[in-house]
Amino acid sequence: MRVGVFICHCGINIASVVDVERVAKEIEKHPDVVYVTTYKYMCSDPGQELIKREIKEHQLDAVVVAACSPHMHEKTFRDAAKEAALNPYRVEIANIREHVSWVHEDREKATKKAIKIVRSVVEKVIRDVPLEPISVDVTRRCLVIGGGIAGIQAALDVAEAGYEVILVEKGPSIGGHMAQLSETFPTLDCSQCILTPKMVAVSRHPRIKILTLSEVEEVTGYVGNFHVVIKRKPRFVDENLCTACGDCEKVCPVFVPNEFDMGLSLRRAIYIPFPQAVPSSYVIDINSCLGLEPLICGKCAEKCEANAINYDDKGGRIEVDVGAIIVATGYELYGKENFPEYGYGQYEDVVTGLEFERLLSATGPTGGELRRPSDWKVPKTVVFIQCVGSRDPDNHKPYCSKICCMYTAKHAMLYKHRVPDGKAYIFYIDIRAGGKDYEEFVHRAMEEERITYIRGRVSKVFREGDKLVVWGVDTLAGKKVEVHADMVVLATAIVPSEGTRDVAEKLKCATDENGFLKEAHPKLRPVESLNTGVYYCGVAQGPKDIPETVAQASAAAAKAIDILSQPKLYHEPTVAVVDGDKCTGCKTCVSICPFNAIRFNEELKRAEVNSALCEGCGSCAVACPSGAITATNIRDDQVIEMVKSVLQEA
Amino acid sequence: MVGDEWEPKIVAFLCNWCAYAGADLAGVSRLKYPPNIVPIRVPCSGRVDPRFILEAFKKGADGVLIGGCHTPNDCHYVVGNFKAYKRYILLKKLLEQLGINPKRLRLEWISASEGRKFAEVAREFTEEIRNLGPLRLWGE
Ligand SMILES: Cc1cc2nc3c(=O)[nH]c(=O)nc-3n(C[C@H](O)[C@H](O)[C@H](O)COP(=O)(O)OP(=O)(O)OC[C@H]3O[C@@H](n4cnc5c(N)ncnc54)[C@H](O)[C@@H]3O)c2cc1C
Ligand code: FES
Repeated sequence: MRVGVFICHCGINIASVVDVERVAKEIEKHPDVVYVTTYKYMCSDPGQELIKREIKEHQLDAVVVAACSPHMHEKTFRDAAKEAALNPYRVEIANIREHVSWVHEDREKATKKAIKIVRSVVEKVIRDVPLEPISVDVTRRCLVIGGGIAGIQAALDVAEAGYEVILVEKGPSIGGHMAQLSETFPTLDCSQCILTPKMVAVSRHPRIKILTLSEVEEVTGYVGNFHVVIKRKPRFVDENLCTACGDCEKVCPVFVPNEFDMGLSLRRAIYIPFPQAVPSSYVIDINSCLGLEPLICGKCAEKCEANAINYDDKGGRIEVDVGAIIVATGYELYGKENFPEYGYGQYEDVVTGLEFERLLSATGPTGGELRRPSDWKVPKTVVFIQCVGSRDPDNHKPYCSKICCMYTAKHAMLYKHRVPDGKAYIFYIDIRAGGKDYEEFVHRAMEEERITYIRGRVSKVFREGDKLVVWGVDTLAGKKVEVHADMVVLATAIVPSEGTRDVAEKLKCATDENGFLKEAHPKLRPVESLNTGVYYCGVAQGPKDIPETVAQASAAAAKAIDILSQPKLYHEPTVAVVDGDKCTGCKTCVSICPFNAIRFNEELKRAEVNSALCEGCGSCAVACPSGAITATNIRDDQVIEMVKSVLQEA
Repeated sequence: MVGDEWEPKIVAFLCNWCAYAGADLAGVSRLKYPPNIVPIRVPCSGRVDPRFILEAFKKGADGVLIGGCHTPNDCHYVVGNFKAYKRYILLKKLLEQLGINPKRLRLEWISASEGRKFAEVAREFTEEIRNLGPLRLWGE
């Protein structure tokens, strides 16, 4: 071995506490060290030039730079070495600044500690093997899971950048909750009007394939090379043939609650979720249809002139390879049934925010006229309750659902627009209107629309005749409040959609304590998961409104495009390696690996590491009872030699 | 060796992502602590093989520190810190049987933002080992 050691003064940062010349003298004694020098600023251009020159001059085959933390300049020095044709993995850093000169004052002791550290790193570097980064190919296709506005935006962005997209949606149409909304804060533009063009753009895009009634069943592989199995449920209607004429629907004898209208209207067993649905096709709800096997009714098929109905549809399994995955599985509302104090959801006129959206919507059950569900009368007094189940760590959800302050102000405002002589009361804890034009919007609700805001919680809602009595407190006035209302709207907490946890598990991504997708870093990597190549957007990651959802979707798309546009992906080569001859086939490592990077080869009866998946934590090397697994360049023998050398007197 | 001359020798295995970075921050913040602790950088606390620790005691360490990321969620490799914890508990029992005071081994969760904690742990642990005196293998 021909090791060169380069000791940095770091101006006076190191040299004023550590006697660098003495360190140099001590290190020179090591039998493998052939060259030692000190220099004022090793990281400067001349410093790097010096290293490059000496590597060539002394034919060094390993280098130790004793300087600042490897987190600062490991890459700098490895790159420099590479330019001098030395393998960068044969360069190691001894940290004698952050870990020595900046934290100690006694020159003698600090110098001794520095010697120990440098010596131990020399012991490591002489045992380092040269490595090349692991390169893998990239499949230039993206999977987007969830077809709400988040998934729609992400799919469009990735497709526009030139890559194929598979958009998987669980329901019969894309659109998500935004399709259900009436008008949107803070501008009050109609939700469908701004969403429909995007849905159409997705359906027309030559590079986007929409798979509705579909869910991801299995995901294997790793960044750039995921293999995905998708399960498609039968639609029983050929979406390419269906003209959405609606003839089938008219003859269907079955009526069931319409989920798009939150159960406030009825639909048939063959139905289209909403007029602007994409794909624009009917679907048979097999759970409410009178029966296909054996065929009981068959009226819809008889009526369909396009011959689009296919009772033999069995659904299918689709397998695709993708390079990146975006998760956008959205949200649900925390159910009314969780609130005994508000009637367990038994009172028809106590509705959730989404139900109220449908009652306001021009395409809703009332055609946009506001009427209450129990008797379809126009409610003259409406009470809105905020933070229902949110910000309540003891009983429900600890977090703020973020959008309720805004949509409640919107609801009250839209109600006043429809029923100008009506009275609207809002019970709130405090108002959070931190978005562009949001404060102004709430202000408008309070001042111009004369909505009564009452600061306080509602303890109880109960029925008295055809009224709902609301008991609350006005904490500002310190008084009890009783309102006799015709209707009550609960802003219940936003929760992650039912399948989010399941999808996260399949993708080896984490969820937080509330079930939302957990990002790799809350501030600096907000759309990335810990599984490289998997990104998040929309409410599945945390409550947010449409503008924020769209921004996040574009961010996730940019991250995915970053992967898809690489000619090859490179991966750190400091991974685990199995010595097949020593492996006894106990499989301990298989279960211990958090990245599923180790597979048991049943034929050869030995463990195998997928080096593209291995992150190099080294846990398996510790767990392996037969010593068959080694952690490249941080092998047991390396660490043991380092231990010995730090314990030797300096 | 006991006397004014003796100084505790402590080896610290620090995970790259949290404890090592915490020690870096102690440096950046110029927090002072005794120079007895000599760090060895490992990818994760889950990489620390009990053999490394036994070897350290055998070769003259009076104390061994393992520094990792906070449980439950901070480990860069998801659960390496939990693995370290399990091994640590077992190893403490083993040390006792070997006649080594289990206090000589310490596991600490130190995040990259806890420079102060790193310096405190370094101070405290050095003090503790100083009070325990030099390790005499084959029967303390
Ligand atoms: C009452 C109410 C009023 C609102 N009003 C406004 C407003 O005025 N202005 C505003 O900016 N925001 C408003 N919002 C917020 C807005 O609804 C959300 O910001 C937005 O819909 C989030 O979109 P998303 O795509 O993340 O989620 P979603 O709309 O929930 O879409 C998720 C999609 O993923 C699908 N999916 C779920 N699980 C799976 C799975 N496992 N596999 C495949 N697909 C799956 C779902 O079927 C759905 O289509 C309101 C919200 C509520 C509750
Ligand atoms: S990376 Fe710090 S404990 Fe695993």
